[in-house]
Amino acid sequence: MSPSYQDLLGNAREVIPEVEPSEVAPRVADGTGPLIIDVRETGEWDQGHLPGAVHIPRGFLESRVAGTAPDSDQEILVSCASGQRSLLAAKTLADMGFTNVSSLAGGFARWKQNNHPVEVPRILTAAQRSRYSRHILIPEVGEEGQMKLLDSKALLIGAGGLGSPAAYYLAAAGVGTIGLVDDDEVDESNLQRQIIHTTDRVGMNKGESAKQAIAALNPEVQVNVHPFRINRDNVLDLVSQYDVIVDGADNFPTRYLLADASLMTNTPLVHASILRFEGHASVFKPYDGPCYRCLFPEPPPPDLAPSCGEAGVLGVLCGVMGNIQATEAIKVLLDIGDTLSGRLLIYDALGMTFTELKVRRDPDCPSCGPNADLQLRDYEAWCAGVGSHAGSHA
Amino acid sequence: MSTVKIPPVLRAAAGGERTVEASGATVGEVLTALCDAHPAIGAQILTADGELHKFVNVYVNDEDARLMQWTDTPVGDDDTLLILPAMAGGQ
Ligand SMILES: [Zn+2]
Repeated sequence: MSPSYQDLLGNAREVIPEVEPSEVAPRVADGTGPLIIDVRETGEWDQGHLPGAVHIPRGFLESRVAGTAPDSDQEILVSCASGQRSLLAAKTLADMGFTNVSSLAGGFARWKQNNHPVEVPRILTAAQRSRYSRHILIPEVGEEGQMKLLDSKALLIGAGGLGSPAAYYLAAAGVGTIGLVDDDEVDESNLQRQIIHTTDRVGMNKGESAKQAIAALNPEVQVNVHPFRINRDNVLDLVSQYDVIVDGADNFPTRYLLADASLMTNTPLVHASILRFEGHASVFKPYDGPCYRCLFPEPPPPDLAPSCGEAGVLGVLCGVMGNIQATEAIKVLLDIGDTLSGRLLIYDALGMTFTELKVRRDPDCPSCGPNADLQLRDYEAWCAGVGSHAGSHA
Repeated sequence: MSTVKIPPVLRAAAGGERTVEASGATVGEVLTALCDAHPAIGAQILTADGELHKFVNVYVNDEDARLMQWTDTPVGDDDTLLILPAMAGGQ
C-alpha cells in the first residue's frame, strides 16, 4: 500500500528536527538565525511572515532553492502555516542533499500565537496591480520598482510647457507624490502646449488646475500645490522634501537657483529647456557628474535668451522634451538604465535630429568644484549683472 | 569648409540659416570666418576685444572646445562646430 499523508509526515519527522518558535526567536531577533524559507502560498505570505524569511512557494521549492541557498551545509529553517507542509518541504531539501534543515514546529500560527515579531510584506493592491500591470511586466520595473515609484516624490518647477506633460506622465506612472511650483494662472495662450490645463480652467492657478487633471487621471497621487515663486528663502526647504527635481522653469535666475539647491540638498536635477523648434535635456546628479554650471557657467544676456513668450515655441516640442524629463526622472528614481548625466541631448524638431554633446565636470566649477564656495545668492541680480556686462560689449 | 550649426537665437543674424559653411584650420579661424560673413553674429558672441563671451559654448563634434585647446583647437573639413548658448525657456 502506498504511504498515507500521516506516513509521509512520520517519515519526515524521523529525519527532520522540529524547532519550537521560542527556541529560534531570539536568534531571529538578533540576526544570527538560520535562513528561513517560507513555503506557503502567496496569499498566506502576504498576510505576514517571520522577519527576514524568504518566500518560496512549495511548488517552486526544488527549482528555486539553489538560488536562495547556494551552500548545502547552511542552516535552513523551513516554515509554513502549521508545521506540516514545512516538514515535508524540509524532507525534500534533505533528499536534495541539504544537510542542516529543520522545520518550524506549529508553523507561522504558533509563532504568531507566541507573540513573536511578524513582518507584513508591502504589496500592491489588486487595483494597483491592474493599473500598473504594463510596468510590472517590465523586468527593470516590476512590482518592486512600482512600489518604489509609489513611494517617490518629484518636484516640478513650473506646471507649464514642460511641466504639463511631465506631471501628467509621472502621475500616470504612479509617482506617489508630485509637487507643483507655479505662481502663474492658466491663460488661453497656454493651451496650445500646456496640455494638463483646460479651457474651462483659464484663470485658475496652474498648480491647482494640474492637480484637478491628475486627480482625474490617477486619484492615488498626492499632489502638493506650491502656488508661489521659488526663491532662495524657500528653495532648500522645498527641494529637501523631494527625491528629484524636474526643472521646467522659464528664466535663468530660477534655473541657476535650482542648480545650486540641487547640489546643496543632494537632489538630482532633471533639466530641459525649449525654444521654437529646439530642446535641450540633461540630468545633473550632484557630485556624481557635471552640474548645470559645469555646462553653462554664465547665462547669456537677455537678447540672446528670449523666453518662449517672446520668441515662441512649437507646442508639440514641449511634449517631447517634457516626456524626456519624465523618462529620466523615472530612471533616476528607480536607478535603472543610463541617464543623460554627462550628456546634453539637443532635439531639433525642424530637422528631426537628436544630437548628443559630452558634458564633463569642470574642475574649476564655481558651484560643484572642489574650491567652490557654494551658497545661495541673489540670482536675479547675478544674471542681470552677467548679462549687462556681456551686453555692454555687444 | 567646416559646418557650423547656428542656434535658434542666432539664426536671424545668419540670414535665417540653420547651418553655415565656414573655412579655417582652428575653432578661432572658423568663427572669425563666420563672423566676417555674418557680422551680426559677431556682435552677439564676441566681446569688444574679439574674444568669445563666456556664455557661448562651442563644440567640435560632440566635445566642448573649451576642454580641448579652445579657439586653437584644430578643425578639419569633416568637423561640425556647434555654437551653444544656454536656453531658459520652459513654459
Ligand atoms: Zn559644476
